[in-house]
Amino acid sequence: MTASPEHLEYVLRIGDNALVLGQRLSEWCGHAPVLEEDLALANMALDLIGQSRLLLTHVGRLEGRGRDEDALAFLRPEAHFRNLTLCELPNADFAHTMLRNFLFSAFQVALWERLAESADTELAAIAAKSLKEARYHVRHAGDWVIRLGDGSAESHTRAQAALDYLWPYTTELFAPTPADAAVAAAAVGPAWSELEPDWAALVAPVLDEATLGVPARTPLRSYGKFGRHSEHLGHLLAEMQYLQRTYPGARW
Amino acid sequence: MSAPATRLSAGEAWTVLESVPDPEIPVISVIELGIVRKLEMLDDGVRVTVTPTYSGCPATELIADSIREALVAAGAGQVEVVTRLAPAWTTDWLTDETKEKLRAWGIAPPSGTAAAGAARPLSFVPPAPACPRCGARDTVRLSEFGSTACKALYRCRACREPFDYFKPI
Repeated sequence: MTASPEHLEYVLRIGDNALVLGQRLSEWCGHAPVLEEDLALANMALDLIGQSRLLLTHVGRLEGRGRDEDALAFLRPEAHFRNLTLCELPNADFAHTMLRNFLFSAFQVALWERLAESADTELAAIAAKSLKEARYHVRHAGDWVIRLGDGSAESHTRAQAALDYLWPYTTELFAPTPADAAVAAAAVGPAWSELEPDWAALVAPVLDEATLGVPARTPLRSYGKFGRHSEHLGHLLAEMQYLQRTYPGARW
Repeated sequence: MSAPATRLSAGEAWTVLESVPDPEIPVISVIELGIVRKLEMLDDGVRVTVTPTYSGCPATELIADSIREALVAAGAGQVEVVTRLAPAWTTDWLTDETKEKLRAWGIAPPSGTAAAGAARPLSFVPPAPACPRCGARDTVRLSEFGSTACKALYRCRACREPFDYFKPI
């Protein structure tokens, strides 16, 4: 199929979300509080990087300029990445990671459910596959949000602090973009602004059970999906892209 | 020089694939795992269509290599392994016989169907699998993620042994 620039940007955004958060989660390997969570975070990182490989390969084919998954992951500068700022924020404590995974994977569930019906059949196939994984991720993170939020005074304080810190970044998830309207009109995928009710229906009951206070909605202040990133993405890419930047075309 | 023509029949090629084990669970084959979706006999070889279990499963490429090597060694000629994502792999494709092999190997097979867990992702509590060692139902989940992407980690409260559970997806 021939793809519009909006279509390319839309799929790239989904692929970059998975790639960047996958990279962040992989940083936990060897550092998680217990072995089981070390395995869980590494497994989820692998799922996300696997999803990003499928999506970036698909972008490369749609684009038709000869770029493969590696060229898109390792040779694009920061401003060409379209991931949500939420995904690039540095890891902090375990509560922060679980809250972020929860807020993000609930968004992925809402998005994949809709994309499983995409007119772009390759995207629909990737969505149907990834949806199964995202459901495990949201359940895993949701369990932890409840255990931490409704746990000790210390774990509650940390979970609430993480939610308060992350919540303003969720405004960006649903902010309208020029590309979304075109993509929705072509039945490739939903405008993300439509997804907030589905997302909230997954998120709200868990935060309630976790006895966490939900902050008020704040105006849009982060613009990662528009290509304007926080200072953190550049550092992440410096590490992730180091090898291909230093030894172009290196293979092993 | 033309490529060597395949000397295998479709049935023989299928039998070869039945001998290619899953690298992590060697008691079941790639056929039993349900990832081989199609086998086509071509003029000069064989094309095998596979579907991945999980997007990030590191064994996917190893499995494709094993399939290629086994068929080439059996005289299949040119072997092409292609990936197809739809329909997405599901543990519902495991037969009862395969599930019994998993259990005998020490891995609790998936209980229930994939659809049961999908309907209510957050509040769904999967039925506790029986311990593959002693058969007791009194088991508890230690972690949603186990030694590989496709497994969760459980412990049996009766015999106190930990075990892997093959997750229904």
